[in-house]
Amino acid sequence: MDTKDKIKDLIKENDVCLFMKGTPDSPQCGFSMAVSNVLKHLNVKFKGVNILEDNELRQGIKDFSDWPTIPQLYVKNEFVGGCDIVKEMFEKGELKELFVSKKII
Amino acid sequence: MSLPLDELKKLIKESIPDASIEIKDLMGDSNHYAAIIKSSKFNNLSKIEQHKLVYKSLKGKMGNELHALSITTEGK
Repeated sequence: MDTKDKIKDLIKENDVCLFMKGTPDSPQCGFSMAVSNVLKHLNVKFKGVNILEDNELRQGIKDFSDWPTIPQLYVKNEFVGGCDIVKEMFEKGELKELFVSKKII
Repeated sequence: MSLPLDELKKLIKESIPDASIEIKDLMGDSNHYAAIIKSSKFNNLSKIEQHKLVYKSLKGKMGNELHALSITTEGK
C-alpha cells in the first residue's frame, strides 16, 4: 500500500489521530508531548502514530497535509493543526468545543 | 542545523512585507524560536492557512535548517 493510502486509512479508522514523535506514553519531542498531554487532559481517546518508526510516513504525512512539522492532529478525517494551533485552541476552549461538536467527548 | 534570527526575520518579511514580527531565540542556539507575526495577509484565513503562509516564507527551511519555530499569528 502506498504511503498516502496508509495515511488516509489511519485518519479514517481513527476519529482522533495524532502523528507524533514517539508514543503517547513515551513522547520523543516536547511538541508531541504537549499535544498528547492536551488530548489526555481532555480525556480524548486517540491513536498515536509514531512517525519515527516509519521514514516513509515521516515524510509522507508532511506531503499529505502540506505541513512541514510534526506533530499533526487529525479529527474525523480533518487536519486540525500542529502544536501551536492545538495549544491555542485548547487555551481558548475551542478544542474542547470541537471534540464535543464531533461527539468525541 | 541553525538559522540566524535576522535571516529568519528577513525571509518572513520578504513574503509577508506588511508583517510586524517579534521573534525570541528561546534557547540561544539559533534553532528554537518563537515568533509572533501580525499581518493583514492573515485576515480571513484559517489558522492553518496562516501558519502555512509563514512556513512557505521559510522556503523549506522549516524542519531542516530550522528545528523549532513556535508560531502565533494574528491579522491586522
